[in-house]
Amino acid sequence: MAEPFLIGENMTGGYGAVDILHGCTLAVEKGEIAVIVGPNGAGKSTAMKAVFGMLKLRGGAVRLAGEDITTLTPQARVAKGMAFVPQTQNIFTTMTVEENLEMGAFLRRDDIKGTMAQVYDLFPILKTKRYQAAGELSGGQRQQVAVGRALMTQPKVLMLDEPTAGVSPIVMDELFDRIIEVARTGISILMVEQNARQALEIAHKGYVLVQGSNRFTDTGQALMADPEVRRSFLGG
Amino acid sequence: MDILNALVAFANFVFVPGLAYGAQIALGALGATLIYGILRFSNFAHGDTMALGTTFAILVTWGFQALGITFGFLPTALLALPFAIIMTAAFVLGTDRVVYRFYRRQKAAPTILVIVSLGVMFIMNGLNRFIIGVGEINFADGARFVITAGDFRAMTGLTEGLAIKATQAITVVTAVIVVGLLFWFLQKTRTGKSMRAFSDNEDLALLSGINPDRVVQVTWIIAAGLATIAGVLYGLDKSFKAFTYFQLLLPIFAAAVVGGLGNPLGAIAGGFIVAFSEVMVTYAWKKVLTYLVPESMAPDGLVQLMSTDYKFAVSFTILIIVLLFLPTGIFKGKSA
Amino acid sequence: MSTRINANPNSRSRTLLLFGLVAALFIGTGFVQSWNSSLGILNMALISAIMAMGVNLQWGYAGLFNVGIMGFVALGGLAVVLTSSTPLPDAWRAGGPGIVAGLALGAATIGVAVALYKRLPKGRLRTVVMLAVLVGGFFAYRAVFDPAVAAVEANNPAAHGNIGGLGLPVLLAWPMGGLLAAAAAWAIGKTALGLRSDYLAIATLGIAEIIIAVMKNEDWLARGVKNLIGLPRPVPYEVDLQKDADFLARAADWGVDPVTTSSIVVKLSYAGLFAAVLVAIVVLSELALKSPWGRMMRAIRDNEVSAEAMGKDVTRRHLQIFILGSAIVGIAGAMMTTLDGQLTPGTYNPLRFTFLVWVMVIVGGSGNNLGAVLGGFLIWWLWVMVEPIGLLLMDGITAGMADGSWLKAHLQDAAAHMRLLTMGIVLLLVLRFSPRGLIPEK
Repeated sequence: MAEPFLIGENMTGGYGAVDILHGCTLAVEKGEIAVIVGPNGAGKSTAMKAVFGMLKLRGGAVRLAGEDITTLTPQARVAKGMAFVPQTQNIFTTMTVEENLEMGAFLRRDDIKGTMAQVYDLFPILKTKRYQAAGELSGGQRQQVAVGRALMTQPKVLMLDEPTAGVSPIVMDELFDRIIEVARTGISILMVEQNARQALEIAHKGYVLVQGSNRFTDTGQALMADPEVRRSFLGG
Repeated sequence: MDILNALVAFANFVFVPGLAYGAQIALGALGATLIYGILRFSNFAHGDTMALGTTFAILVTWGFQALGITFGFLPTALLALPFAIIMTAAFVLGTDRVVYRFYRRQKAAPTILVIVSLGVMFIMNGLNRFIIGVGEINFADGARFVITAGDFRAMTGLTEGLAIKATQAITVVTAVIVVGLLFWFLQKTRTGKSMRAFSDNEDLALLSGINPDRVVQVTWIIAAGLATIAGVLYGLDKSFKAFTYFQLLLPIFAAAVVGGLGNPLGAIAGGFIVAFSEVMVTYAWKKVLTYLVPESMAPDGLVQLMSTDYKFAVSFTILIIVLLFLPTGIFKGKSA
Repeated sequence: MSTRINANPNSRSRTLLLFGLVAALFIGTGFVQSWNSSLGILNMALISAIMAMGVNLQWGYAGLFNVGIMGFVALGGLAVVLTSSTPLPDAWRAGGPGIVAGLALGAATIGVAVALYKRLPKGRLRTVVMLAVLVGGFFAYRAVFDPAVAAVEANNPAAHGNIGGLGLPVLLAWPMGGLLAAAAAWAIGKTALGLRSDYLAIATLGIAEIIIAVMKNEDWLARGVKNLIGLPRPVPYEVDLQKDADFLARAADWGVDPVTTSSIVVKLSYAGLFAAVLVAIVVLSELALKSPWGRMMRAIRDNEVSAEAMGKDVTRRHLQIFILGSAIVGIAGAMMTTLDGQLTPGTYNPLRFTFLVWVMVIVGGSGNNLGAVLGGFLIWWLWVMVEPIGLLLMDGITAGMADGSWLKAHLQDAAAHMRLLTMGIVLLLVLRFSPRGLIPEK
């Protein structure tokens, strides 16, 4: 089987002397959605940050389209076509929605109008609020701004750290719909989710992490069907 | 009752001087607030940056004067301003490269950066004395008045005169232009927006590929420019004395804090609030009141709330009141 | 930590070496220049070391960023005037009670306003009532205070015009200086200590300027910028010594010049007094630091949040240490005015009295009493000696230039300004390459 488009292989590392990740592997194919679930403190966000280069690895490697990017800074990874939406503080609150999108496209020197139109098509509400300060929007709208900002670089991979944290179930469903739409345009999506059940439903691939290593890895459907996964991680 | 004369006296002794002084403080506070917003520390060397910038401007002015170049009815110092800004910006970028960058990369605590800025303050202060000395220097040339008190009286037939010094008019006009340019830059240009983004959310700015070194450099250049302009305008309006500039730190910080540290709009509002309070509290209101009340009630004393020597107390009181009751300033600043 | 119990022999020898170096500087100055000037520098160095101890207490032990040192130094000086200058009964009769009543009225106004703010419910009523109290109180205060001040200042303005002192022994003025500074620190701390560190810095900077402005302008207090000279001294006068038969006989015995010797004896007496105060403060501070109180202080400094979570009243502790540190600075200020024999409010300058003390603390090593003392000695010596050294340097640089050339004159004048430049460079170098100071915290 050919190598996945993005893979963080056998990653080991942590913030200080203590490792949080122990040989953890995450991968996502082009245009697919991979979801990382697991109990609190399992190292889900840490694994994500490791893939994005926000944490130094002591072992393992990260490859994008076959190229080893393990030593690149997060900024350099942005230039390589990766985009990251942090869990909190993921928008510029004092700037307008449109300025948030412009800042997302900061590295691009070409015309960004087309991409902006695509983002507005994806999230029509943002277009009506384009001149409003992003900090004044509701929680769900702010998440849309955050995702929109990340999409402005025209990334090949979009990484989302708990995009539905703190939003209502209706908004969550809508956000997931949008994420599926994004994936259909050929962008790979790697995301961490608390709402494991709903996330696995839309996932092509699911990773269940426990204590910094892979406990189960399978398609989203298969994981949903696995009685052990259901019992331990999906609440029955 | 003589409202017209009272108004003219008010304009002459309170409004016009307050407006000019407010513009000077506002420009100074803008620089300090930008540094705070981007570099996240209170720069105690800002007053001395203003002094150094003014020193450069004076040197260039003298050079022009020696060459016989003047600026017509405008002060030669305005002609020297661009050169002085370049020199100050170069100096300040140098201090960033040699001093501040090290601590920024270490992610040092803001207090450490404040102490570092004290060191820079000492050096700038010493250098300034080294170059130009400690004496008082008047470097204003060109026309003295836009309108003199005598002309105004002749024109209007009022007892009170309204004098507008050329330097006051120049201060206000320059300040309006500079603030307009600054806001255009921050709101409309890519670099300006990236500065606002960096100030708003540093981590996300980095994730968006904004280059922190460049943002910091642009900030220093703008702050140096604003400091030089504020310093030159203040020096033209009053006179240049290095130590006075050091003392301007207090009203400048008061203005920046009152407006909300890191908020440019707030710095401007804060500048005028501080300046007008200072002028109004230390002004002897006898003259204005004499016009307004019946003769029998005319005040005996000066009706001065506080002697001018206590003008720092005014800045300070405003500062404390705002900090205690509105810790993030009138406009929301970064100070949580 | 274990290193605190078995003091690291390495660090101890380093401390000894550094103090030896400083001693060598002073002894060297004695040999090269004169013992007179060396002792003169030493006396101010002792005072500076005490000031540095005060700042170190606040910054090193509690992380309080106080840049209003100058104000507390000046208050100490004011205490000397009020405690030990000659009493002026006429002035006191003319306006003393009025001034006291006026000040009491002012204080009462603020007290009532604060009480109202705390008692009344939030809303427009509170604002209006508070404003009414403050404005009314202000005018009442001015009505009582102003005529009393005028009366006092009219009393023989050429020589006095001030309220006069208590005529008490000047050594008593030192603790009084501490008390006055402590009282001011209490008022300041009550309002400003809750603020974030850089706000506290800006606030204290402003307070110091206000204290100096008051001392410059309130002539009734200590004659303002007209200065108050001829303050009593705790040691004999040189002229008296030179007339003293016993002293002259001894000088003749030793074969030394009586004039120079009298001056040295006076300076040595001062040095003895100052050193006694310094040692007392160092011992007390060390004891305090090693007590549970000191450990708690440092715990608070290192992690305010967790200390607060553990039930420590952080604001109260900060207020305590702010008052203590300021009192030490006030004592030093009183000693300095005693040494000068006069109070000259016009000469107080934040660069010299606030920021220079900060340089001492940072260079010496914040959080370490011996470090602060070393910083005080070293930086003061440097501050005084930079000027002659700079002049020597400039003489060397300009030796080749023609006499009367503009640049030569300018460079030689500029040597006087080398001080600030040097201090800035020293501060930045220490911060960069030895950020914990020459004698780091244990």
